[in-house]
Amino acid sequence: MSRKMITIDGNDAAAYVGFHNSEVIAIYPITPSSGMGELSDAWAAAGKKNIWGTVPHVSELQSEGGASGAVHGALQTGALTTTFTASQGLLLMIPNMYKIAGELTPTVFHVSARSLAASALSIFGDHSDVMAARQTGFALLASGSIQEVMDLAAIAHKSTLESRIPFVHFFDGFRSSHEVNKIEQLTVEDLKSLIDEKFVHEHRMRALNPERPFIRGTAQNPDVYFQGRETVNKFYNECPDVVQNAMNKFAELTGRQYKLFDYYGAPDAKRVVILMGSGAETVQETVDYMSERLEEKVGAIKVRLYRPFSVQHLMDALPPTVEKIAVLDRTKEPGAIGEPLYQDVVTGCVEALNNGIAPFKSMPKIVGGRYGLSSKEFTPSMVKAVFDELKKDEPKNHFTIGINDDVTFTSLEYDHSFIIEGKDVFRGMFYGLGADGTVGANKNSIKIIGEETDNYAQGYFVYDSKKSGSTTISHLRFGKKPIHSTYLIQSANFVGCHQFTLLEKFDVLEKVVEGGTFLLNSPYGKDEVWDKLPKKVQQEIIDKKLKFYSIDGYEVANLTGMGARVNTIMQTCFFAISGILPKDEAINKIKEAIKKTYGSKGEDIVKKNYKAVDETLEHLHEIKYPESVTSSIELPPIVSEKAPDYVKNVLAKIMEGKGDDISVSGMPIDGTFPSGTTKWEKRNIALSVPAWEEDLCIQCGKCAMVCPHATIRIKAYPKSFTENAPATFKHTDARGKEYDGLAYTIQVAVEDCTGCELCVEVCPAKDKKETGRKALNMVPQLPIRTQERENFEYFLQIPEFDRREVKVNTIKGSQLLEPLFEFSGACSGCGETPYVKLVSQLFGDRTMVANATGCSSIYGGNLPTTPWTTNKDGRGPSWSNSLFEDNAEFGFGMRLAVDKNNEYAKELLLKLTDKIGKELVEQLISADQSDEMGIYEQRERVAKLKEILETDGSDEALNLLAVADYLIKKSIWIMGGDGWAYDIGFGGLDHVLASGKNVNILVLDTEVYSNTGGQMSKATGMGAVAKFAAAGKPTAKKDLAQMAMSYGNVYVAQIAMGANDLQTLKAILEAEAYDGPSLIIAYSHCIAHGINMAKGMENQTLAVESGHWPLFRFNPDSLKEGKNPLKLDSKAPKVKLEDYFYRETRYKMLTKSHPKEAKELLKIAQENVLKKWKHYEQLAAMDYSINGNGKEEEKVN
Amino acid sequence: MDLSTTYMGLKLNNPIVPSASPLSESVDSVKRMEDAGAAAVVCYSLFEEQITHESGELDHYLSYGTEMYAEATSYFPEPEEFKLTPYEYLDHIANLKKAVKIPVIGSLNGVSAGGWVKYAKNIEDAGADGLELNVYYIPTNPNLAGSEIENMYIDTLKTVKENVKIPVAVKLSPYFSSMSNMAKRLDKAGADALVMFNRFYQPDFDLEKLEVVPNLMLSTNWEMRLPLRWISILYGNINASLALTSGVHSSEDIIKVMMAGGDVAQICSELLMKGTSRIKDLLEGVENWMRENEYESIDMMKGSMSQKKVGEPAAFERANYMKTLQSYKTLL
Repeated sequence: MSRKMITIDGNDAAAYVGFHNSEVIAIYPITPSSGMGELSDAWAAAGKKNIWGTVPHVSELQSEGGASGAVHGALQTGALTTTFTASQGLLLMIPNMYKIAGELTPTVFHVSARSLAASALSIFGDHSDVMAARQTGFALLASGSIQEVMDLAAIAHKSTLESRIPFVHFFDGFRSSHEVNKIEQLTVEDLKSLIDEKFVHEHRMRALNPERPFIRGTAQNPDVYFQGRETVNKFYNECPDVVQNAMNKFAELTGRQYKLFDYYGAPDAKRVVILMGSGAETVQETVDYMSERLEEKVGAIKVRLYRPFSVQHLMDALPPTVEKIAVLDRTKEPGAIGEPLYQDVVTGCVEALNNGIAPFKSMPKIVGGRYGLSSKEFTPSMVKAVFDELKKDEPKNHFTIGINDDVTFTSLEYDHSFIIEGKDVFRGMFYGLGADGTVGANKNSIKIIGEETDNYAQGYFVYDSKKSGSTTISHLRFGKKPIHSTYLIQSANFVGCHQFTLLEKFDVLEKVVEGGTFLLNSPYGKDEVWDKLPKKVQQEIIDKKLKFYSIDGYEVANLTGMGARVNTIMQTCFFAISGILPKDEAINKIKEAIKKTYGSKGEDIVKKNYKAVDETLEHLHEIKYPESVTSSIELPPIVSEKAPDYVKNVLAKIMEGKGDDISVSGMPIDGTFPSGTTKWEKRNIALSVPAWEEDLCIQCGKCAMVCPHATIRIKAYPKSFTENAPATFKHTDARGKEYDGLAYTIQVAVEDCTGCELCVEVCPAKDKKETGRKALNMVPQLPIRTQERENFEYFLQIPEFDRREVKVNTIKGSQLLEPLFEFSGACSGCGETPYVKLVSQLFGDRTMVANATGCSSIYGGNLPTTPWTTNKDGRGPSWSNSLFEDNAEFGFGMRLAVDKNNEYAKELLLKLTDKIGKELVEQLISADQSDEMGIYEQRERVAKLKEILETDGSDEALNLLAVADYLIKKSIWIMGGDGWAYDIGFGGLDHVLASGKNVNILVLDTEVYSNTGGQMSKATGMGAVAKFAAAGKPTAKKDLAQMAMSYGNVYVAQIAMGANDLQTLKAILEAEAYDGPSLIIAYSHCIAHGINMAKGMENQTLAVESGHWPLFRFNPDSLKEGKNPLKLDSKAPKVKLEDYFYRETRYKMLTKSHPKEAKELLKIAQENVLKKWKHYEQLAAMDYSINGNGKEEEKVN
Repeated sequence: MDLSTTYMGLKLNNPIVPSASPLSESVDSVKRMEDAGAAAVVCYSLFEEQITHESGELDHYLSYGTEMYAEATSYFPEPEEFKLTPYEYLDHIANLKKAVKIPVIGSLNGVSAGGWVKYAKNIEDAGADGLELNVYYIPTNPNLAGSEIENMYIDTLKTVKENVKIPVAVKLSPYFSSMSNMAKRLDKAGADALVMFNRFYQPDFDLEKLEVVPNLMLSTNWEMRLPLRWISILYGNINASLALTSGVHSSEDIIKVMMAGGDVAQICSELLMKGTSRIKDLLEGVENWMRENEYESIDMMKGSMSQKKVGEPAAFERANYMKTLQSYKTLL
């Protein structure tokens, strides 16, 4: 059967093979491997069969630890089983990997290799994870290209069955997992023919079976354990040959011959580089170039089978002429002699020489180096630098390449201008916004060119780290030969800029070659566009003699009903200009692709896109330009001149897209960064922003409360500050007797606003004469940008309202408190951040935050800038992220340390009473810090204490000085999403709740794994569609609140700000005040719900009114008074569940994809809601008094 | 006793036809209505908005927020196929046809002569015995003349008629300057029936929130006066069948519809309030009345009180209004 050429990414390739070779697949989402599980789940849901003609069972677990446990169980029960993971996920699987390998159980784990969280988390690719699993007994097989991912995945499945050694088949995260490339797809028959059924049968025969029972997994003692471990040796000894034989069989089938160590280059090379993964592709390309153009005798070894490591096969691969070897590791092992592959190669060469199996007579000089950590670019210039280094008599060992190490000077210099991209490959770069569909269109273009022509095609997509207004850069290559360039485009023939504003943010023409083509989507007509370009852009166009094309894509989008999505329009322009295909053919292909992409969603959307294609060409113009620059428009600075040096020198570079230029000395040694840096990153992403009408405002504070980005600020302040205010600065008299005589301003930070409109939606104040006009209305941002920048700066200088005077238990009062969480990169209209911000307002200056990995750790802590900030006194939340699974314990540890330090400080106070003074000591120890006044006074006392201690040089005084701050009350907040709290972190969360310790746990419940792209969690509602629940979640949402309530001594609240903001406020205040564990479960509407985010608060209301999300507070303190601790804060369901469900795509789409199931699940869900409400009602009505009347029983004589 | 009637060419056992409503959303419910005696059923409406907006909406929300961030390049699994409302509707029509013997009339609801009218053909292909075309356009544009709107109705009807062979009824609003003329034009353009009149969501105000809140109230008996008048006037002047909808709640109401000249009485609110078994009571009521008043067939009474047949045709004209007021006053 002939094989198809397809364009897919690495995850798709691995999943295709893994799925077809498995009966059971246990999964858990983790970037960048999630795609493999998602595809498998979708295929299973669609009834796709494996090579044995049966549909695999795909199950999501609660963590990777759980997934590997399930894999182990399924394997022991005889099923062919696989899983997909990466990074920390693989680490969580390690205990089971030892078991699986120890029991010689065949399986393949497909791993998109990713960095591990050390001083910082990174989602990008390197080999840190697989190297951490190299000792488990799993074989490690590496793929470097998308074709290899498919091929070696198949070889891994064959080899594991035949060798009984379990395999990790890995490929580089993002570079391979997400790169789209044209490959030959193995047919199902190919996959079937590779598997020898005999070994499948043997696997099944080894399974646990009560019909022929045995016991496996015993405990052993010093007498036999050692010998038992040695029994497996022969399997490891044989494994390399098994794999090589599998590769040979594969070559017979496909013509693609792989070796355990593939040598590439001159047969008589003296210098050889050894590495594995996608970097080997770039080395191959560079070796070709250096051999052909520079006539250098160099070679490379691509390591395929890293474990078990076969010295013999390595020696067979090395040319006998080799004199110098550089071993490149994509990992870091601090403190080791060298990284693992280097050490293995050195040991291998020494052993081979000693054993007489080496091809060389004397030991080559071997050096090791690190490259490419966290998907750091690895380019031909870097490869050449390594080869050049090997020319030296004493090449540097333990070097790094690709960075500038100006601290320990490990790095090699490389020539940035050494670019080997030739004319035979078309290279296009496309700058767009996430929201405009640029990436999707480019993926379509690759499919068109890759699958409809004889061209090879490659696409790789770079996203920024924000979730709103994010920028994307697509890198597309097309050519007649397979493309091995596993690095970003260095010189482009074509640059498309799909958003005019990006010209200000990036040097989009930096990479374009002379005579290249520049396509710009511009809101300006063909006659004015030139003059609207910044000076620098004009200069580059002239200097590089570019062909310059412009289109007003928005106009075409408007004309054709496409809204903000200019994807199809810009794609049409690209094909029209680039000439990759004849124009008419290209148009037809685009239309076919549109039909394929949108067909399932109805004809209307297809027609709209067709119309956009047809309208585009008439609006596309080549712009003729003068020979000299006419523009005087200068690019604005990346950050304000007022920014601190660190922001200017380091963070601004990252913002500009030049983070690669930051040297080692520019980075903190331990991951510590200054707080509050988002304020320097003025992103100006909102086209329209709220404007305040002071005459209509009732000063309720609701707008500031719901603002996800803290861009609406409120102050009540002395009227004297209005005197010198900027002319357009708005203010009015503050309402309410506590604010008598003060001025009041609501100020919008328009440059930080994302334009989500939540504030306008919740604003209750309407103009009585014109009900459509509210106290907040959206207005275009650009015309007021400068004036409001000035106003906001002025506003910030006005003193904050004295925290001691604020009535924090009112919305109005709470919103006078300064937010210490601002301008995060969360989605526009995010439902989580209003809660986070509220906590920062209420307790921020004494808060410590333990943040689970997920959305909140990304918008809370992803570079370049971070939102947790400080007040004018320099106080603010201290924030940290440990892992995904351990966050409750992480925060618990903080509590233990705070308590211990507090206790120690008190002990020292007593010891040093004579020096400090009895009165101060007593006050410090017995201070009432239950309100802001008490805390303020304690701070004063601590300041006084410090003054005294600073003059005392004793050890005890110094110790007390170090812990004195812990005499001030600390508020410990443990925050994270439902994926953490309900699933992976539940065990720890449960333990911490049971501990009785005073921690506050805030669960930002979006009912789905939002950060990794919408996978089902146990918080997902019945009937909701999510990844891993394509047919709708068949089970009910876990009632985490009730579980926590069962302890009796845990404060529990379920809140939804949109439904009842005052209840939210009360719950957060009560939780913090409660001297014990508190759990707040906060309904957070989310972009992953498929909703109109501007109406997010309305959806919250419906969630509550339908009974899906009852509001309540369970306060154990009430028990002391003999009262029922549970108080329901919402009323019995009054809205039909469907009226809430079907406002949201996550529920509604089930009615379109699985109508029957949707109906059934809705019915059950509706019944559940009513039952649950009844249950809660009964709980809330229970009599908790001793004899039913709240009084102790009287003694009866 | 012969209760049969002919409506848009369909021979029906009696004049009771449940109108387009949620009652036809389930096959079971339609079966129950058939069992209770409904002579035909008008299926709930397929709306132009559903046809034209649903796919756009689905695409928007499935792609919203995608390809923005490396970890979440999408948020939903994308099934290979979506059962969009039009196709669901067509399946439903087909299922109804399999489940019941009475004629099933499809209903298309829209405001323009756009591409959605092609679904008329799809509804026919799905097996519908007839089609009710429900066109209602709110002319907020002061520059739009009434004649243009009338032409739009006619054009839409013509387009549909060109594409289907099944009979087509037009469900009308009462807001035409010259209802008789409009009826005649529709008749000429090929309408097989006129359904009088449509009831719409009318805006209400929420005084607390100062918001417009559209809602649909169930009909009351007095609402049938308006269509009753027009059916009386039109009877005998056009070839198209006539159906009265709005305000039919009792057996007497049905008798009145027939006497005015209607071929069927469409019922909805009464069934929503009292259940589908009410049809049986209504039919019995009609039969009893006919028995008591010695009518042998529906045909006998059809149009007997129409403008053409009453002794005083002017009663349906302006004088009638005065008379109503006078009769009202006498009650005080």
